Amino acid sequence: MAEPSVQVPDTACPRLPRGVRLTHNEAHGGWVLLAPERVFKADAVTAEILKRCTGEASVAAIVDDLAKAFAGAPRERIEADVVKLLGSLADKKLLELK
Amino acid sequence: MDEPRSPIASRGELDTRTASAEGVSPSSESGARREKGKSLHTPLGLLAELTHRCPLGCPYCSNPVALDKRSDELDTATWRRVLREAAALGVLQVHLSGGEPAARRDLKEIVTGAREAGLYSNLITSAVGLTAPGLQALAEVGLDHVQISIQDSEEASADHIAGYKGAAARKRALAAEVVKLGLPLTINMVVHRANIGRIEAMVTLALSLGASRIEIAHVQYYGWALKNRAALMPTREQVEQAVRQVARLREQHHGRIVIDAVVPDYYARFPKPCVGGWGRRSLNVTPAGKVLPCHAAEVIPGLEFWNVREHSLADIWRSSPAFTAFRGTDWMQEPCRSCERREQDFGGCRCQAFLIAGDARAADPVCHLSPQHGLVEQLADARADEPYRYRSF
Repeated sequence: MAEPSVQVPDTACPRLPRGVRLTHNEAHGGWVLLAPERVFKADAVTAEILKRCTGEASVAAIVDDLAKAFAGAPRERIEADVVKLLGSLADKKLLELK
Repeated sequence: MDEPRSPIASRGELDTRTASAEGVSPSSESGARREKGKSLHTPLGLLAELTHRCPLGCPYCSNPVALDKRSDELDTATWRRVLREAAALGVLQVHLSGGEPAARRDLKEIVTGAREAGLYSNLITSAVGLTAPGLQALAEVGLDHVQISIQDSEEASADHIAGYKGAAARKRALAAEVVKLGLPLTINMVVHRANIGRIEAMVTLALSLGASRIEIAHVQYYGWALKNRAALMPTREQVEQAVRQVARLREQHHGRIVIDAVVPDYYARFPKPCVGGWGRRSLNVTPAGKVLPCHAAEVIPGLEFWNVREHSLADIWRSSPAFTAFRGTDWMQEPCRSCERREQDFGGCRCQAFLIAGDARAADPVCHLSPQHGLVEQLADARADEPYRYRSF
């Protein structure tokens, strides 16, 4: 996989663009991300991150919130995971960073 | 529909080409159950062919030669029931196609039905016959995505290929409306001998139209397209150059636009995993209500298709003879049966096996392991500069 070409500043407020939806589906056993002509399975952690991508919260605020929700996980580790996921999704046009 | 459905891609197959992001993996293997020795999967996509009526006359149309009449089309209430049944069966996305879906006056009610059923709706349109207010109405009731086909980057050539003067200008205008409404736009370009040299210009056009995704589909020779095979077939050199160019463009535009490409299978070494495996990921409902495992399946003699007028979609998916015929691997002959790729490309395309090898259970002759592979090479070499046979409804 190519390196993400999109930078994820911690002040950016990520959100799912129109045409990309996170939904829970029993038949497919959990969270799925629906996008133009594509479907991705999202694991529980990914879903927790994406649920917070409302366009209101900054990346830093999302990381803080996750650190609170998952007490015990080091903040730096969470931040690295979040940045990696968001960069990769933005690369695929599955996420907007504004 | 005025472009060939890329049997690997779009309708049915939900992306397995994109490398997965951390924690986000392309969905394909969910919900498989074993049933009578055949793995029964949960479908992901439904291709709803709302009508065969289409203003364009594209020579590469992969719809059947015999089209469903308007008087035979399913009514609004039946489509809405089918969409509810599809969602209950596990389908996540519905691709509203045709013909030109906008030829149906009840398109808005159908999109509403998709949304109410919880489905992601994708409109696959020629852009001819869909007005800006019409599109806005669809966006308001929850349409998720629009795909517009383009025939060429050069307008005169584009209109010539579509058999419709002014088509290219209308496509540009509707694409602008899609972007203005904030809907994601995919540009689908069908590649063949007349335009294969202008892939880069077509990608530039798609970027300028504001597309977030491009689908580059080499013609798939089914239905009407077979009549024009010799007029459409590119040379091997052209295809090889196009494949290299697409790889370069993908690299160049990484992060700006997603480029999905369907490989031209007459020049491939292995067959495409057609519809992601027969009866495994997708269903196709014809304008008159027949349910097909793939959109060209009616070409195979002896298959019994069930109709949504008489059966529920769940029954059809599970038990209709057409769906069980090539589900799993039990039906395979050699060289597929013992092939290590049998669960990867599923023996390729059953329709192509029938059309070229004369046996729907044979290996797709596109595969270099097929004893009939030489026939594909002969067909790929049969080129003729003859006028297109346009289709008309």
